[in-house]
Amino acid sequence: MKNEFKIIVNLLPIQSRVLDVGCGDGTLIEALIKQKNIDVRGIELEESKVKQCISKGLSVIQGNAETELSQFPDKAFDFVILSQTLQAFYQPENVLNELLRIGKKVIISIPNFGYWQVRTSLLLFGKMPVTKSLPDTWYNTPNLHMCSIKDFYQFCEEKKIKIDRVIGINNEKTSSINRINLEMKNFLSEVGIFLIS
Amino acid sequence: MNYKIENVKQITVTKPLKLDCGQTIKDFPIAYETYGTLNEKKNNAILVFHALSGDQFVTGTNPITNKAGWWSAAVGVGKAVDTEKYFIICANVLGGCMGSFGPKNLNIKDGNPYGLKFPVITIRDIVRAQESLLEHFKIKKLLCALGGSMGGMQLLQFCALYPNKTFSAVPIASTASHNAQQIALNELARQAIMADPLWNKGNYYKDNKIPKNGLAVARMAAHITYMSDKGLQERFGRKLQEKKDYEFTFDADFQIESYLRHQGNVFVDRFDANSYLYISRAMDYFDLSKQFKNGLVEAFQNHKTRFLIISFSSDWLYPTKNSKDIVIALNASGANVAFAEIETDKGHDSFLVNEPEFLETLKGFLDSNFEIFKNEK
Repeated sequence: MKNEFKIIVNLLPIQSRVLDVGCGDGTLIEALIKQKNIDVRGIELEESKVKQCISKGLSVIQGNAETELSQFPDKAFDFVILSQTLQAFYQPENVLNELLRIGKKVIISIPNFGYWQVRTSLLLFGKMPVTKSLPDTWYNTPNLHMCSIKDFYQFCEEKKIKIDRVIGINNEKTSSINRINLEMKNFLSEVGIFLIS
Repeated sequence: MNYKIENVKQITVTKPLKLDCGQTIKDFPIAYETYGTLNEKKNNAILVFHALSGDQFVTGTNPITNKAGWWSAAVGVGKAVDTEKYFIICANVLGGCMGSFGPKNLNIKDGNPYGLKFPVITIRDIVRAQESLLEHFKIKKLLCALGGSMGGMQLLQFCALYPNKTFSAVPIASTASHNAQQIALNELARQAIMADPLWNKGNYYKDNKIPKNGLAVARMAAHITYMSDKGLQERFGRKLQEKKDYEFTFDADFQIESYLRHQGNVFVDRFDANSYLYISRAMDYFDLSKQFKNGLVEAFQNHKTRFLIISFSSDWLYPTKNSKDIVIALNASGANVAFAEIETDKGHDSFLVNEPEFLETLKGFLDSNFEIFKNEK
């Protein structure tokens, strides 16, 4: 299981109610059930992945998070997780508002466009970056709205979204991010995980 | 219907059942069949609800018609619903014609078949009539309840009536409320039956002059709605039936015509026209949301049942939208729900035929839920 998922598992208290948006093949959901006895639901767009989840006995619905989160009542979940998907939505701000509506807290991770490898790719080679967390090329990437950790941090402040915690991931290393070290961590972290409410 | 119903398993429901129409029935038969073996802990039981034209003979050879059971694609040894592992129960619906209490049964009052004197029934009546079957087998909680199309409606009704009687539930290609198009198509079928002079206001049992033509047309019309445009085109296209050119008559020139006529003809042998009227009416009256003050959401409030809703992309009779409405209600009520739309050209009939994506999903769900159910305290 990837480092990001391990951090998310650790962030969540036992026996909470969680929705995993864009849950893929259900790896994170399985870990949450096994390690934390958490009541998890998932939503996933791709039929083949939904099928994998259902075969594992996971409660996953096939659907598009961009349009179908409205079916969940306000604060239906203690936590809503969105792992590295926000940038792929047409209207990320609307999706984020929905996440904050249906979840008491939201865990959101973003592939950091401010990461030094990304910056150097564009600066030195003049090419769109291809890295471990941004593996696609410019013509086939699903990503429409890339942002950096700093962008998202400032976005939350502007929109008066409460930032409870920010964690930066660089390979296996993790570190806490705050206002003071934001510039540096924005340069050094490949992925940022935000706990917001 | 031409077959004699003999040697089918039946229970007699002695408890009076007050029907939605106001009448009360009691001491009536419900026919059923089982497959596989109920284990000692009684935690491997699956209740299957059949669709409009189905019966209790889910798999193997139907002993009445000598044809394969209607869900042989999904149920059997090593199949998605494995009869080596699970104990499968299916009842013939109230109003049906395979041994359960229906319009062709004799009325004790005058010794004649009920015909139109049979009370108009609802999906809720049908479900309540079957409940005694669980008592009969002393099953406290089913592992799963399954049903496609009208079977799915019964299943949703079952879950709403008895929140704790099944661990999991899989309504397939179904709806929580019959819509205008679905009612319209049923009305078309009923009018075809009633337009046949032999129907004779439902009195046709005596000299066995049954309204064959009307029932066959009803079945033909229904059959079209079970397939998709693309599926029909790929299978039949404009192919001619054993001939090189048009014959300039009204005989079956096209293969699709011949196919529909055949479907109509074989159906009248095994189905009672009045049963078709009654059961299709029950479907039309079905609107689960109407039974609760706060609508469908309330139907599943505080339910522990694990739901899997399945729809098929080319099903235009019970389209994905119908299934999604169920999912939305379940999510709104905080119920445990999974949902998959299977991509296929096989239309509404997808759940009855060999559709691997569907069967694998069903199998995965059942097997994983059996493991969870076994370990539940």
